[in-house]
Order: sequence, then C-alpha cells, then structure tokens
Amino acid sequence: MSWVLALPILIPLVTAVLAFLLRGSRMGDLASVAGAVASLGVAVLLVGVVLDRGVVAGQVGGWQAPYGITLVADHLSAAMVLITAIIGLAVAVWSLAEIGPDSSRLGYHALFQSLLGGVAGAFLTGDLFNLYVWFEVLLISSFGLLVIGGRKQAIDGAVKYVTLNLIATVLFLAGAGLLYGATGTLNMADLRGAVAASPDQGLMTLISMMLMVAFGMKAAVFPLFFWLPASYHTPHYAVSAVFAGLLTKVGVYALMRVFTLIFVGDIGYTHEILLWVSLLTMLTGVLGAAAQSDFRKILSFHIISQIGYMVLGLALMTPLAVMGAVFYLLHHIVVKTNLFLIAGVSRRLTGSSDLYAIGGLYRSAPLLAALFIIPAFSLAGFPPLSGFWAKFVIVRASLDGREWLVAGVALLVGLLTIFSMTKIWAEAFWKAHPDGRQPALAELPLSARWQMMGPIVALAVMTVAIGAFPSAFLDFATKGAEQLLDPAAYVAAVLGEARR
Amino acid sequence: METLVACLAGFLVSMAIWLMLSGNLMRFLFGLLLLSNGVNLAILAAGRLTPGAPPLLGASGALPPDTMANALPQALLLTAIVIGFGLFAFALALTIRAYRSFGHLEVDRMRSAEPAEDRR
Repeated sequence: MSWVLALPILIPLVTAVLAFLLRGSRMGDLASVAGAVASLGVAVLLVGVVLDRGVVAGQVGGWQAPYGITLVADHLSAAMVLITAIIGLAVAVWSLAEIGPDSSRLGYHALFQSLLGGVAGAFLTGDLFNLYVWFEVLLISSFGLLVIGGRKQAIDGAVKYVTLNLIATVLFLAGAGLLYGATGTLNMADLRGAVAASPDQGLMTLISMMLMVAFGMKAAVFPLFFWLPASYHTPHYAVSAVFAGLLTKVGVYALMRVFTLIFVGDIGYTHEILLWVSLLTMLTGVLGAAAQSDFRKILSFHIISQIGYMVLGLALMTPLAVMGAVFYLLHHIVVKTNLFLIAGVSRRLTGSSDLYAIGGLYRSAPLLAALFIIPAFSLAGFPPLSGFWAKFVIVRASLDGREWLVAGVALLVGLLTIFSMTKIWAEAFWKAHPDGRQPALAELPLSARWQMMGPIVALAVMTVAIGAFPSAFLDFATKGAEQLLDPAAYVAAVLGEARR
Repeated sequence: METLVACLAGFLVSMAIWLMLSGNLMRFLFGLLLLSNGVNLAILAAGRLTPGAPPLLGASGALPPDTMANALPQALLLTAIVIGFGLFAFALALTIRAYRSFGHLEVDRMRSAEPAEDRR
C-alpha cells in the first residue's frame, strides 16, 4: 500500500474527527486549517510522484486487484487531488471569517473536511463501487453543509438538492450492480477488458447510459441540472464556494473516467449523446444566467454552462479535445471558487446579494473590483487569463474535427458569458449603491479582511499564473489526456504487467 | 427464481416512480425508499441466486462440493442498505424541518429560495 495514495483521503477524514471533537472552539477552526495545509503538502507530494513515475496504484489491505479495492493516481487524478487541496485550504481560511460560532458548534468544519475527504476519495479510487461509496461520503457531507445555517431559504434549496441527488445515487448504484452482474468485476481497469469482451454489447451501452445519467446529474448537465440553481445560492458563501468549485467537477471527472476507460465500445453512439448534451448545457446555462439578478444565481448558472465545455471536450474524444477538457476542469475550479468567495465579500460589504439592491463597490472597494475582474474575464475567456487557453483549445479541437456548429456555439456562449459578467460589474461595482452606502473593505475587522482577501488574492494569482505561463499546464494536461485516451499504463499499473 | 425477483424489482421501481411524481414530499420519500429497495433486489438478482448454497467453507477450509453463492453482491447490498438508510434518515429529518418551516409539504409551493415574480 502506497501511503502517498491513501494520505490525501485519510488526512481530511482524521481532521474531520478532530474538528468535530473540538467543534465550537478556536482549536477546532485551527485544526481544520492545519488539516488543509497537511492535505496540500501530501497532494504536492502525490503530483511529484506521478510526474516522476507515471501512473501509481496501490491495493488497499494488500488484496490483489481485481478482488480488492484499488487506489490509483494518474495525471488527471493527481491534479484533481492537488486542486482539491488548494481549494480546501483557501475555503478553510476564508470560512474563518464567515462561519460564526453557531455553525461551527454544529460541526461545520468536520463536515467540510469530510466533504474534502470524499472528493479526494472519488478522484483516487480505481473501483466502481468504491466510487459510489465516496460519492455518498461527499453527498451526505454536502447535505449537512447545505442546511447548517438552518435558514428557511437553505431548507428550500436543500429539499431540491437532496431529492434529485438521491435519485442520481440510486441510478449509479443500479448501474454498478448490473455491471457487476454482467461482467463479474468492479475494478475499473479490469472492467475495461471485461466490457470489451462482453458478448452483449447492447447491454453494456444500456448500463453506460444509466451511469451517464447518474454522473450527468452530479455534473449538472442539461437536462439534469435543476437542483443546482435551486440550491447553490442558499447556504453560507464558503459552502457554496466549495460546492461550486468541486462538487460538479466530481461528476465531470467520473464521466471522463468512465467514458474513456470503460465504455469506449460504441463511441459513435455514447459520445454523440454527450456532444448534444454539452451543447445544450452550454446554451441553457448561459441563457439562464442572463435572466437572473442575484449575484450567486448568475454564477450558479455559469457553472452549468462551463460544465458544457468540459463535457464537450470529452465528447469530441480527440487528444486535443480531451486535453482541453482536463485543462478546463482545473482552471475552472480555481476561477469559480474565487468568484463565489468574491460574491461573499460583496455580500458582507453591501448587505445583499440582489444586484438591484447593491452597488458602489468599484468606488469604495477598488481592490475587490480589481480582483473580480480577473476571474470574471478568465471565465469569459479573455486573453491572457487561464480561461482563454481553456476555451482556445476546446474551440480549436472542434474546428479540427470540422464540428462547425460546436465551435460556433462555444464562441457564442463565451460572448454571452461576458454579457452577464458585465451585468454583475455594472450593477454591483459600477453604479452607486441605491441607499447611498459606501461599502469599504476597511469596515471589516482586520483579521476578517486578511482571512477573506488572502484566499481571493491567492486564487487570482493562480489564474493569472496559469494564463501567463500556460505551456507547463498545457503539457501536463496533454500528458493527462494521453493517459486517458490510451489507458494501457493505467490498466498495467492496476492489474500488473502480466495481465495487460 | 431470478425472473421472479427481477419482476418484483421492476414492480417496485414502477411503483416508486409513480409515488415520486407526486408533488408531496412525503410521498416522494416513500417512492425513494421503494426505488432503493427495488434496485437492491435487482443487484441481488444480478449476482445470481443460488438457494441452499451459502458461501461457507467446510471443516479445515474445504471448499463446498459443487456451487457456492457469490458473497460479493451481498456485501455490496449490505453497504448500499446501510448508506441508503443513512441518506433516508437525513431526508426524513429534512422533511420534518421543511414541514416546520413552511407548514406544508407541497414541493410546488416551496419557493422561498426562488426570486419573487415580476420584481421590476
């Protein structure tokens, strides 16, 4: 058992226990931050190991694959674990300023850390049923985080979030169970061979559709996204920031894993569906955002439209397109979390998230305005920020594949994204506050100012750095895409050379 | 035997869908309960039913003479049942909380997280 594979999961879970025991006290808050720092250290170590040795796998409890549970990290998994740790640390620090003693006493930090543990587990597992278990871990933690404020609005959002996500969960379970019944294995690397060798390819496609719906609902693609805009604007800002950054991406990751590793027998059918789904997801998301007037609701709809780009990269299934999807996934997590954190600061300063009831931030809090510009323009795809390269690669890949319609939609959605970012800019930052207030950052206590602005600045710097030096990240994503499209190394690492 | 269990699973799922299409949250939850039970049955059937052949080794670890049930689907089921129980308990608690907050369980009328209509 390789410890570097287990620690990214164990550290958050141990931290969750500690934070629960120390809940409500300052020590509990600090334990959460310390755990997040440790996670980040281990995640950096994991990326180092993967860069050095390629795909690494470990068998839990020493049970040989395909009988035991496998933990496995390739470029994509390792990068996702690292970005999870970065977001975990940023939001853990940020929530010190937002989460009051009430929520803290109810176990906010424990739930937050177990959510991170579940997310890391989902990225690292090489077993389909184990993936289901990690989905449940992160799901139940997210349920708790969603309602922890106990406000009426949050209960309303949670009802929709919980019910729809539970249906997706049951579908996933059914798909996994039937796949085991048909092939006799649940190890994902082993499933690749078993599914290809199955005499009943129609049944395999049917099961792949069940998993596509289940993961699609988690990823919030059209037409399964309705739980997302109904709930993401209701909880604490720290909670919605970590949800926006990580949760839907777990669904996208699962789609990418399953539809590059296991279900590649009928690409003409399955990936054509993904293609249309991605187009409609991009369009409905961005049009939905245009109709909203709440800071967080606009951002929530943008998550949906951006998910479309990632699924599009997967659907095109060319090396360039999958590389774009990997790059998009990583860039988007940083940008989206940052936008929600900025929305949180804006809410704290102006007292509302309704864009028609706030304003004046450009004049009174120019630093916040400048920091908003970076992720907002990155999301819309302005050069030289990270989002430009992400969109550039995806559009280039669709042009190379002679998918003119796809490329056109991708560009149009980019334009419409600018439109709604302009709306936030004009309403929250540019125009004067309707009540004549002058909301300044100096109104926040000094510690809260550091705790809130520190993570935002750090994430903004990352966005700029990815945009300014894209080649290192693009190379990394290229390697990740190669591993996804030719999983021989992945299969060999899990099952051993002999069974390749 | 598998056919019978499969039909039962299908029946449970169809009942579940009928219940879940209701706008009442409590009915939806009952549907969800039936749905997860139907899926559990389906997994059990997909793992092949072998009555009278428990997955037990004989004296000094001897394998049973002919067939032996596959224990893995049952292990999966146990996990799924426990997880399903936890999630259902949460959903039930949430329903009670929603009832206290809103005074009713009609999902169509739960709109406090939605923007008020015709605001401008």
